[in-house]
Amino acid sequence: MNLFKLTRRGRYVPILAAATILLITVPLGAQTAEFQPGSPELIRPEELAKVLKSSAAKPIVFNVGPRLIYVQAHIRGAEFIGPTAKPEGLEKLRARAASLPRDSFLVIYCGCCPWEHCPNIRPAYKELKQMGFTRVKVLYIGTSFGTDWVDKGYPAAKGE
Amino acid sequence: MTRATAAVILLVGLAGAIFFATRRQAAHKEAADPPAPAINLTDLSGQPINPANNEGKVVLVNFWAAWCTPCRDEIPQFVALEEKYRAQGFQIVGISMDDPEGTLREFSREYKVNYPLVMGNQGIAEKFGGVLGLPTTFLIGRDRRIHAKQVGATDFPKLVQQISELLQAGR
Repeated sequence: MNLFKLTRRGRYVPILAAATILLITVPLGAQTAEFQPGSPELIRPEELAKVLKSSAAKPIVFNVGPRLIYVQAHIRGAEFIGPTAKPEGLEKLRARAASLPRDSFLVIYCGCCPWEHCPNIRPAYKELKQMGFTRVKVLYIGTSFGTDWVDKGYPAAKGE
Repeated sequence: MTRATAAVILLVGLAGAIFFATRRQAAHKEAADPPAPAINLTDLSGQPINPANNEGKVVLVNFWAAWCTPCRDEIPQFVALEEKYRAQGFQIVGISMDDPEGTLREFSREYKVNYPLVMGNQGIAEKFGGVLGLPTTFLIGRDRRIHAKQVGATDFPKLVQQISELLQAGR
């Protein structure tokens, strides 16, 4: 069967169109699904708070959100990177992580906006994975850093 | 004591109890609603604004950012609220967090923002008790107290109801 000839006759155009749509939408859907609550890339606030309070090895925590929120409150011990939705934020993350062993336990968080709208966590996660880090977790903050971390009394600090 | 006298005493007692319970509830509510912070702001056009000195208006303070998608998406609804309730003594103040001034001016033009926009900073956010997520919206009554706070995507039906109540109650 010569598909090209059939397509020229118009009989297989709808099939080709459907295949094209599938090829585009399936990867997009997969990308969205990886950050749904319960997915393995995520760590919940109560889990991280427990780890930070325990005597276990602590993760390196990167804040990839806006400075104006970080200076008001951030996870105690977190390092400020800045918004990774911007190229300069991603560059800073790359530079900071470059010298770290690729099996380091890393946690990234933002909490600037409701979870599904956060512009920073996805680029940061993607960047760290591309660099070869194998133990990267994203802190799941559903509403905001204030609501889901500070108001719950988890360890926080203020200032630069 | 006649039955009528007993009934009167009972009614007076009941009315007194209701009166004091209502007053206590109102006092408790007032204590729960903190005063709006006294803070001098300047909007993009150079006009001074003080949400706590509101000339008897109901003031909505919206902390937002142009880079924050849900914040941006809500702006047309705030523009509509300002338009609808302005004549009744309602005023919105938008406080932008982490936006360059040029971006803010451009955004204001593009979205036809009809209320004052202010460049935010840490001090302003902390005067409001901290703004640790966007959008965050405060509703200040005519009595200069903060009557409502919403963090995250704004619940507009609820907000409209609160605005209407504050405008009608004179608070």
